[in-house]
Amino acid sequence: MNRLLNNRNFLGLLFMLPLATLLLLFLTYPLGLGTWLGFTDAKIGRAGHWVGLDNFEYLIGDAVAQLSLFNTLFYTIAASVVKFALGLWLAILLNRHVPLKSFVRAIVLLPFIVPTALSAIAFWWLYDAQFSVLSWSLMKMGLIDRYIDFLGDPWNARFSVVAANIWRGVPFVAICLLAGLQTISPSFYEAASLDGATPWQQFRFVTLPLLTPIIAVVMTFSVLFTFTDFQLIYVLTRGGPLNATHLMATLSFQRAISGGSLGEGAALATLMIPFLLAAIMFSYFGLQRRAWQQGGGDK
Amino acid sequence: MGAQTETVDTQGMNYLVSLPRRVVTLYVPLAVFLFVLLFPFYWMVITTFKPNEELLSREGNPFWVINPTLAHIKKLLFDTAYPDWLWNTMLVSVVATFLSLLCSVLGAYAIERLRFKGSRYVGVSIFLAYLVPPSILFIPLAKVVFEMGIFDTRLALILTYPTFLVPFCTWLLMGYFRSIPFELEECALIDGATRLQILLKIILPLAVPGLISAGIFAFTLSWNEFIYALTFISSSEVKTVPVGVITELVEGDVYHWGSLMAGALLGSLPVAFLYSFFVEYYVSGMTGAVKE
Repeated sequence: MNRLLNNRNFLGLLFMLPLATLLLLFLTYPLGLGTWLGFTDAKIGRAGHWVGLDNFEYLIGDAVAQLSLFNTLFYTIAASVVKFALGLWLAILLNRHVPLKSFVRAIVLLPFIVPTALSAIAFWWLYDAQFSVLSWSLMKMGLIDRYIDFLGDPWNARFSVVAANIWRGVPFVAICLLAGLQTISPSFYEAASLDGATPWQQFRFVTLPLLTPIIAVVMTFSVLFTFTDFQLIYVLTRGGPLNATHLMATLSFQRAISGGSLGEGAALATLMIPFLLAAIMFSYFGLQRRAWQQGGGDK
Repeated sequence: MGAQTETVDTQGMNYLVSLPRRVVTLYVPLAVFLFVLLFPFYWMVITTFKPNEELLSREGNPFWVINPTLAHIKKLLFDTAYPDWLWNTMLVSVVATFLSLLCSVLGAYAIERLRFKGSRYVGVSIFLAYLVPPSILFIPLAKVVFEMGIFDTRLALILTYPTFLVPFCTWLLMGYFRSIPFELEECALIDGATRLQILLKIILPLAVPGLISAGIFAFTLSWNEFIYALTFISSSEVKTVPVGVITELVEGDVYHWGSLMAGALLGSLPVAFLYSFFVEYYVSGMTGAVKE
């Protein structure tokens, strides 16, 4: 027994046991089960039979599923681009000397730590068709002549949910990039400005290259979370109006849990995986290689 | 202007930036950011205390409340199952966090320090597990939970939340353990300590900041979790706050905005409160996981 306990392989196995049990049972197994369910006609309360590619063929021809794919791509791309731009800007602002620096940083992160489902309720009320304070303010300023139907019109709804997602995601991007900015030594900027670099050049040739590895990771996570977003849409629109804001995640919930066809929902969820992998590959390796080209060293 | 703000973000050369320029490039944009980021919270608070007549009137100034009322909070606490939801969320979050920390500490130590055969691959697969989003897991997980007979119980949430907590915590703790010098362990080994003693008496005390970071982050993540709680729970008395507010407070076409907002506010306060004490740990947990 004692000899076994000194064997690092046995001991390692012993230490890994709780973690491995939990993850294998509730993560790896469901992941496989989900893929398998996608090939069956399982319903809630009824085991399914193998139906081959039927679910996938149906979904590919299904107009709502196609629309949800478009919505998901639009949602992810629009929100991620803006989150990156605003997040980087906010990080740079926070990296400068401001009074109450740490307090400001702390409250900037609030939108990220508060439960999304709950802050989405605040947005729901802000987007209300009759009593929206946004419409009220715009009316008083004389910019519009009737209340905006934020969530009633397909494109308005799309932009509204993207705006809410951006609101929630900017703090995350900003705080992570800020952590990266703080590792850049001020002497680089001093050297650059002695060489006559303009502020834009300093940003372009000092800040950006040194920040690229962190940008790559942060944006990979940001894209991943945005692509698989569920809460915000579920609370704000439940996919409406006319399915205009249905993301793949919300549609698979609707088909599988509300509609009861587990197989179809699982197939839709499985269809997200290739896009997720592509997004990860693109943002991770794409940006990682740039870092390496610019002498970031390969890890 | 966008490019200009990126000017000299170093402390060394700040004196070169004149005050009017600082106002335009720094204070104004920062104020706008803060206003936009905080406005929904202000709106939550103000709506919570507004009587219904003021909520549903287009006259007057909506940004202020004239006759503040506690009616919405009273309705929430006494006429709905809200206190139950708060208790459930608290219970589930605390237990899931501790369960995850326990698994993660052992796992991270084994991967980082025991270096058993294949530990590198296990480390990488833990990171990959971190990238699996709940939105593609909830359908098969619902089936698993159902077959285990724990559907519609708190246990279902306690056991499934670690799927996204454990990979994160393990990854974070691996980073912390890596920074602890090997020599300390070797000394203890020579003195005859077992691995478990080393973990408990040497590694863990040194990794307390990491444990706090992981714990705070895991707690917030479980508190905010939505899709599992929505799928696995159907009885009102075992719901969590986010799900309860969304599914039970919205009745038909009449939205009780006051109590909805009160529910959102009260549900956000505990995490905000906790966060305010541990900002630094939270930030280091968040950025640490990204930087590794």
